Amino acid sequence: MKAKIYINYKDGILDPEGLIVSKALQSIGIKGIKDLAIGKCVEMELDCSTKEEAIEIIETSCVKLLANPNTEIFNYQIIEE
Amino acid sequence: MKFAVIVFPGSNCDYDAYYVIKHQLNVDVDFVWHQDSDLSDYDCIVIPGGFSYGDYLRAGAIARFSKIMNAIKSEADKGKAIVGICNGFQILVESGLLPGALITNNHTRFISRNISLKVFNNNSLFTNHYTSNEIINMPIAHKQGNYFADELLLKQLKDNNQIAFKYTDNPNGSCLDIAGIFNINKNILGMMPHPERASEQILGSKNGIKIFESIISSI
Repeated sequence: MKAKIYINYKDGILDPEGLIVSKALQSIGIKGIKDLAIGKCVEMELDCSTKEEAIEIIETSCVKLLANPNTEIFNYQIIEE
Repeated sequence: MKFAVIVFPGSNCDYDAYYVIKHQLNVDVDFVWHQDSDLSDYDCIVIPGGFSYGDYLRAGAIARFSKIMNAIKSEADKGKAIVGICNGFQILVESGLLPGALITNNHTRFISRNISLKVFNNNSLFTNHYTSNEIINMPIAHKQGNYFADELLLKQLKDNNQIAFKYTDNPNGSCLDIAGIFNINKNILGMMPHPERASEQILGSKNGIKIFESIISSI
């Protein structure tokens, strides 16, 4: 089982990297981008047999280390093979 | 009186802090490795600046799970004096010993230069050698020094006099110009500026040494 975990800033937290990249895209003439956010993507290979266990591992990892609850939110997808 | 300077893989201001305590102030100090587990012999714990664990994930996020952090937490609970400078402040915030978060500077760049600070609360064991509202100079060197707190937390910091230092000219976007804060019991100080790099006139400023002198005369 694999998981892809996405960590992004909460609404209202400045995303300076997203802002700069957004301006850079504008400056090279790419139109039609309304907003852009840059976060982190963690790919995880899991050693467990049920989806419930996978959820437990992913959520504990996010809450304890991967995301900062003060400034970030996380979501994830589980890829069952 | 004995200080501990914690050393993580990637700490790089540990020797500066050690030098000031030992050679400028003639006070006992030991380096303590991050895998050690006992800090009971020390009166004050310094968490120095640097890039612990390469600042991977978020600055301070990995260091917070070091073995030594359990000892730091238990000494903090007993009321022992703890100072986190720069990366040390980031570690204290990540570990929950200080509230809020330190996020990327609003202009996204690493800043390394001398700045001015206002001593916002001189009624603490870390700041009592300063006068109230004294303007002092010391260097900053960081990319993730933008102090963030929500409205509720900012109100608590103000109401409980937890703001230690404010920038006179905000260099990084920090809420309320905050450069350093205390925990509610005022035995923990976290600050982005580097007092250990401003403790000798040859370095351009001696304004930082008063933090160490305040601690020494208070304990």
